[in-house]
Amino acid sequence: MAFVTPSSALDKYDVIVVGSGAAGGQAAYTLTMAGARVLMLEAGRNYDPQAETPMFQTNDQAPLRGAGTPDKPFGFYDATVGGGWSVPGEPYTNASDESERQFQWWRSRMLGGRTNHWARHSLRNGPYDFKPRSRDGLGFDWPISYEDVAPYYDKVEMLIGVYGNNNGLENTPDSPEGCLLPPPKARIGELLAKQRGRSLGIPVIPIHRAVLSAPLDHERIPAKLHPGNLKAQRILAGDMRNRAACFWATSCGRGCAIRANYQSTTVHIPPAMATGNLDVLVDAMVREVTVDSSGKATGVTYIDKVRKQEHHASARVIVLAASACETARLLLNSKSNHFPNGLANSSGLVGKYIMDTVGAGWGGQIPLLENLPSYNEDGAGGLHVYAPWWLYKQQLAGKLGFARGYHVEFGTGKGMPGANAPYVSDAGGRTVFGAKMKEEARRYYGSHIWFSGRGEMIPNEDSYCEIDPKVVDTWGIPVLRFNWKWSDHETRQAAHMQRTFADWITAMGGTNAKQPDASGKKAISQGGYVIHEVGGTIMGSAPGSSVTNRWSQTWDVPNVFVADGAVFASNADKNPTLTIMALAWRAADRILEEMSRGNL
Amino acid sequence: MLAASAGVALARGMGQIDLRVPGSAPSARDGYGTDPDIIRTHAPGDFWPLTLTRAERRAVSALCDVIIPADDRSPSASALHVPDFIDEWISAPYAGHGADRTLVNAGLAWLDAESRRRYGSAFARATDAQRLELCEAMAPEAPPKSELELPSKFFRRVRNLTMVGFFTTPAGMKDLGYVGNVPLARFEGPPADLIARLGLADEVAW
Repeated sequence: MAFVTPSSALDKYDVIVVGSGAAGGQAAYTLTMAGARVLMLEAGRNYDPQAETPMFQTNDQAPLRGAGTPDKPFGFYDATVGGGWSVPGEPYTNASDESERQFQWWRSRMLGGRTNHWARHSLRNGPYDFKPRSRDGLGFDWPISYEDVAPYYDKVEMLIGVYGNNNGLENTPDSPEGCLLPPPKARIGELLAKQRGRSLGIPVIPIHRAVLSAPLDHERIPAKLHPGNLKAQRILAGDMRNRAACFWATSCGRGCAIRANYQSTTVHIPPAMATGNLDVLVDAMVREVTVDSSGKATGVTYIDKVRKQEHHASARVIVLAASACETARLLLNSKSNHFPNGLANSSGLVGKYIMDTVGAGWGGQIPLLENLPSYNEDGAGGLHVYAPWWLYKQQLAGKLGFARGYHVEFGTGKGMPGANAPYVSDAGGRTVFGAKMKEEARRYYGSHIWFSGRGEMIPNEDSYCEIDPKVVDTWGIPVLRFNWKWSDHETRQAAHMQRTFADWITAMGGTNAKQPDASGKKAISQGGYVIHEVGGTIMGSAPGSSVTNRWSQTWDVPNVFVADGAVFASNADKNPTLTIMALAWRAADRILEEMSRGNL
Repeated sequence: MLAASAGVALARGMGQIDLRVPGSAPSARDGYGTDPDIIRTHAPGDFWPLTLTRAERRAVSALCDVIIPADDRSPSASALHVPDFIDEWISAPYAGHGADRTLVNAGLAWLDAESRRRYGSAFARATDAQRLELCEAMAPEAPPKSELELPSKFFRRVRNLTMVGFFTTPAGMKDLGYVGNVPLARFEGPPADLIARLGLADEVAW
């Protein structure tokens, strides 16, 4: 088994997985390692990170010095294929003309999906994050707790490789011994931020990122992840040996040809393929989930984008892992006599409670960092440290004016020059040029810090997606229409972010060129901008108030599972991908159990 | 997922000058598309035709070299082919680049007219001292007098583009002090003397 075409695919599989990113990759990995026969459908093209990653290319080798364009919004070397804020031929719409009521939807069309370019921040949700309503009365509790998910966090960390350490901080879980790889040393600007953050009460600790700071222990981990399954152990050990540790060059957003960071295409799919149990069909856009006369799912209808033909694939179980909104779209478009409002939508909640992460940024120039001697601080191609949320007690006591927290990501240092010109003073508005400009560029290079707040959004009734009644994509599939609204909890949080960052700049000896936005309404990023969208088929404890149960299994159609972020009942400030993978593994385990019991 | 790091990546080692084109506009018809070959080296003109006239190219070259002259650490901007990049930039079919094209065309027309008015020759044929004088005129204190609004804006934009074009070349990166993009066996972190100099020795341990 391997890459197949509509004509070479099997007549029937145990499981169809729609999507090949973090959720689809993890689900397919877990299922195939246990012996299930899986067909994975990916709406984009095949993608080979080992051949297609620009590992050392410099920006002068790219058009426009690598600058972002509408075709490649995050820059020429960003790994994203076939998408970004817009996918040709596959539009989406917004119900409102006002930008603050709109949602931006980042998609890719490639094997591995957005895992090829993501930041690799891999933070665990904490105990509070699964029971937010119990804590402050807002949003929804999950039907599961941290203890339910913790074993899966352990497994995912060991499988994909995550660097970081344990600090014993509130609601910032430690990982058991043997899960994490050593954190890289902090850069000079990160050390200064750590020192000066202390005066504001802000802790700075190593971040957790899915990058191999050291080789994975291929002798120990496979037996821990697949006890009693010698074939899986052998395959995983062999695959881990073929992943190199980071060589401390090349931004992770480009992907990684040496497989030192996590991408579905470098970590999940290769061992799943090696089992012989995985078939992958690329360029296959799923239109709907089909059901039989009893209301049980039978398979999916998909469009072969290359040959422009429609086909059907059959399986005992369907796993939706298309990304939160795409999964909601697929369910809403799967209408039948049994399910006139879309599949698994008896609650009317499919598409509801879409959440993103609250984002606000602030930067400044730090005189202490001027004119420093250069050293190579590329590091792990992303962040080494961050500040976890530190005001839980003040927040619970109602002193902050917003109910949920944020963490702080920040970047400093002498990164590879790109399409942003180095800073010069232009004092008095006079454009600096000539020898003076050269001197200033050298002096100020690497003396800036940029803070990004990443905060929790509380689900609300005004943020949802639905099927646009008029617009279809190039394949004739009805598209999503978004509705969006930040509540005061989010805008006040964004204001708090900017105020804090401005104070942090001051504490580092810098000056703020302008005042932070006190309302937060200008500071807050547009919905979708942080690309952490989750929700849309939230999990819960009862069919009337949720779409899936505690196993990510839809209440209405027991052989349809949702493996991606759509099941999130809240969106903690922690970046969602690690939790997506943990829940996908857990859902796959449940599918295997239920199949072996004859329930599926 | 990436946006979290994108702001950081864009901010690292850079200032407030932002040449990014807003990302939410629809794809340009004649751009490089959403799936270009990102492995091979691309040169200006590969994806879309360059549009500066010969005379404009001469003026841009002369202007770039006033903005970044050679010194003992690096060559001049034109020696590193920065005018090719500026031509590529203003000729790009994407939203935002058209405004730069309009600004640069108008700015170059002003520059030649002003040079002829003052010195009787096009900017590219003016003496070094005359070129410098014209650039000083385009870099007034803010806010500029109304007749200098266009030249000031034009000059700032070309200065920024020249910096981007220059400091992204290997010689420019070396000049600036970027020493990364090489594989390392270990990441050692900052040198001990640098940590000591900033008083950060107590921060290294976790």
